[in-house]
Amino acid sequence: MATVFIPAQLRELSGGLQSVELEARNVRDAVEQLDVMFPGLKERICTDGNISPSLQVSIDSVITSRGMIAKIQPHSEVHFIPAIGGG
Amino acid sequence: MTTTQYRVIGSRPVRHDGADKVTGKAIYTADTKLPGMLAGFVLRSPHAHARVVSIDTSQAEAMPGVHAVITGADFPNVEDKVADLGEGSVNLSYLSSNCMAQQKVLYRGHAVAAVAATDVHIAEEAAKKIQVEYEVLESVTWVLDAMKEDAPLLHDDLVTDSMGAKAEQPSNVPVHLHFEKGDAAAAFEEADLIVEREFRTATVHQGYIEPHAVVADYNEDGRLRIWTATQGSFTCRQQTAEVLQIPLGNVLVTPCEIGGGFGGKITVYLEPTAALLSKKSGRPVRIAMTRADVFEASGPTPGSFMRVKLGAKSDGTITAGEAWLAYDAGAYPGGMIGPGCMCVFSCYDIEHAVVDGYDVCLNKPKTSAYRAPGATQVAFATEQLVDELAQKLGMCELEIREKNAVKEGSRRVDGPVYPPIGLLECLDALKQSDHWNTPLSGPNRGRGIAAGFWFGCGLKSSAACTVNSDGTINLLEGSTDIGGSRTSIAMQLAEVLGLEAEDINPQVGDTDTAGYTDVTGGSRVTFATGMAAYEAGRDLQQQMRTLAADLWDCSADDISVGEDGSFSAGGKTVGFKELAVELFAAGEHLVGRATVSPECPTNGFGAQIADVEVDPETGKVTVLRYTTIQDAGKAIHPSYVEGQLQGGTVQGIGWALNEEYFYQDDDTMANASFLDYRMPTMLDVPMIDTIIVETGNPDHPYGVRGVGETPIVPPPAALANAIYNATDTRMTELPMSPPKLWKAMQANQTSE
Amino acid sequence: MSASKKVHVTTTINKEEIDFLCEPRHSLLEVLRDNLGLTGSKEGCNNGNCGACTVILNGRPVDSCLVLGVEVEGAEIETVEGIACSSKLHPVQECFLEGAALQCGICTPGFLVAAKALLDKDPNASEETIRFDLSGNLCRCAGYDKIVRAVQAAGQQMNAEA
Repeated sequence: MATVFIPAQLRELSGGLQSVELEARNVRDAVEQLDVMFPGLKERICTDGNISPSLQVSIDSVITSRGMIAKIQPHSEVHFIPAIGGG
Repeated sequence: MTTTQYRVIGSRPVRHDGADKVTGKAIYTADTKLPGMLAGFVLRSPHAHARVVSIDTSQAEAMPGVHAVITGADFPNVEDKVADLGEGSVNLSYLSSNCMAQQKVLYRGHAVAAVAATDVHIAEEAAKKIQVEYEVLESVTWVLDAMKEDAPLLHDDLVTDSMGAKAEQPSNVPVHLHFEKGDAAAAFEEADLIVEREFRTATVHQGYIEPHAVVADYNEDGRLRIWTATQGSFTCRQQTAEVLQIPLGNVLVTPCEIGGGFGGKITVYLEPTAALLSKKSGRPVRIAMTRADVFEASGPTPGSFMRVKLGAKSDGTITAGEAWLAYDAGAYPGGMIGPGCMCVFSCYDIEHAVVDGYDVCLNKPKTSAYRAPGATQVAFATEQLVDELAQKLGMCELEIREKNAVKEGSRRVDGPVYPPIGLLECLDALKQSDHWNTPLSGPNRGRGIAAGFWFGCGLKSSAACTVNSDGTINLLEGSTDIGGSRTSIAMQLAEVLGLEAEDINPQVGDTDTAGYTDVTGGSRVTFATGMAAYEAGRDLQQQMRTLAADLWDCSADDISVGEDGSFSAGGKTVGFKELAVELFAAGEHLVGRATVSPECPTNGFGAQIADVEVDPETGKVTVLRYTTIQDAGKAIHPSYVEGQLQGGTVQGIGWALNEEYFYQDDDTMANASFLDYRMPTMLDVPMIDTIIVETGNPDHPYGVRGVGETPIVPPPAALANAIYNATDTRMTELPMSPPKLWKAMQANQTSE
Repeated sequence: MSASKKVHVTTTINKEEIDFLCEPRHSLLEVLRDNLGLTGSKEGCNNGNCGACTVILNGRPVDSCLVLGVEVEGAEIETVEGIACSSKLHPVQECFLEGAALQCGICTPGFLVAAKALLDKDPNASEETIRFDLSGNLCRCAGYDKIVRAVQAAGQQMNAEA
């Protein structure tokens, strides 16, 4: 099972739950499952069916550029965090 | 520590573009001259906030020598589309309005019109004849004022987004971020010691010596050619095409040599304007900002207000953290608050933490990245509180850092855990350093230390290498070279192929010739474009094995490639050059290519030591000695790694001790010149000693981590801690300039 | 003020006699860059604050943005383009390269000219003197450390060659 962390700002949807364990092939799969568990969550992190441009997905501490199609491994840890640039 | 012996990596060759740059031959944008070229001049708002009632350009257009005048009306309407720029995203309507104001001007210096004429003096005179009628509006330039309910609104339709949830009422706060880890409230309850302070930092500028400049030539066939000073030619191409609403493929961006950037030359300011002037006049147009324009109308980095609290056990374990951060976004949303929040506790393994961050629009130019954007501000706060904890617990400031430093497996406040990182190794290098082990004595003197972190990113890079008939290589890559990166990239290719750095001719391509490459920023070029060059070398070797198999009448699998780049089969060994010459003679032409997209942050940690002497009569701080320590993973060209450490440190010293945007009562900047902004000169700083730590990054073939940004993070905090140790005065406001420090010392004496 | 009548100026630049026409309002920097194609001198501020446009005028380093073109009648000017001798770099240029004393390179021409003016006068200049004399030249990339060391090394090399 992969562990998906619920961003603190979305824990109002998860009843305070900080993370959930689920089996997901990729980010899209995980987001769809989360949205079933916590209705409205997808709308908060997605724009036009993709991860919102202000966010990025971290899988096992790697910032994926593949968004919804990024693969999730059975024991992966998944976070939705703000997008960052650099100087 | 990495122990691999390299031939080229770790050596210090003269950079490939060196001779051009010491003889004045290197061509920067303002040096570019095209036949028939006109000079552009941009008319800018004298007001911090105003409605543009009308613009009359007729007198300017009638002037002899004037070929084109444009205003916001000449810009196409762009929807509220958000474009992904590789490194960050941008709302196009904001980007367009920042290039040229539409209904409102939002800061002094905001462009309202532009003129192209036969020379820049005529263009300037014509611009002064443009009649702009303004309705001046109430303005705001302090972040906490801008957050108030009754603050003047910059954007009528802007509402706060809290991770997808939109507020109902408009405000100047486009984004609220919130992070939680563990249970901070409970941890503070159980803490033996709590320290809490408020901090303020001023808006500062990257201060690159080359003002923004561009040459645009809008061809009759719809092709737009741009020569410009940009950190990323591909993002410049995209932004320009999107703002002008023309096909991406119609735009060619040629990056000229660039005179500094530090994050400030990623956003487009002049390109669309020059393009429209060129289109209207039918001639190439060059625009260069004045220095005042650069200060007032490019992208400085955020001023901030921060309230930070730390809780610790009596043994020095930091158990709880809380931060409330408000950063300037400037005139349009999209400041540096995200990384600010993610960096406030990034150096310490704090089990329970909560962070709130606010991006705040106000009547200053739209902020931009500046070396580790958003991290220097929060380090100024956290690193002082860590010192304060140590002092109150009777611990050494180094010991408390060692005790709480993040390491592999530490969980960040935003969630992810760190892979192998080098903060403890940097602190150990600090402990072993000559500087740390040399006592500082004398009145009004103090020593301070601080740690720092920046993510460092991968993004996308490409490289292609063409083998010449003599076995030398032309390397084409797309990273604009601001500090010697051609060489650090070429050295990695030379290493893999068994060549010398001088055997490689690196060239920075334009957007038609180089493969897609993201910006020169995020400490990523030597890491990611270097990796692309390495992979392009590997690609060449694969091709050469296949071709050599025919030559040597064996199977490609029988041919091995050694660490030194030589090819061996059946007891025979030849070097790269020898085989390349042989293959060329046999009619084979070789081009290796690679495109990479590494996704791991390179996690750059550093630590610094500052010794200061404070003049009690004036509050002036003299930096006596300074040491900058950084984990480079592996230093490809140590001289240029040292240069990054020294340059970032001195920028941080300027940020700490002197630099600030002074705002007058009408919210316009009072000090928009180098003389009055006063960046450090040679006389203001000592030699900057460097210690390069090499922990090896497992995600790079040679172990490289980005080094460009982290060095600017610790200086304000290290200097504040040194000032405290010299004067017993805790400085919570940047800059710690003589008047501010003097006042604080006076107040401190009175309270005692 | 509109463009006024151009003035004819004869001067010596990098040991070559040159004449040009310029408006009274044109700075020497504009003349060098726009009229004469000598773009090695850079404009960083156009008000004498940054030193990127430093040239040697009658033996003294000056900010060419603060000198008018018409003022250089009969003068001797040396720019960054004239520092190297034939195809051999000047010691200060060599030492900047060897010592990695440049990053983006935009301030480099001004530093080289100012450093040469100093070392011509005093090749044994101390660190303090170097820092004092070159404090009118701003560098934002390098933090000055390697620049100071390169100027010191160039002085030693000039002494050795003398």
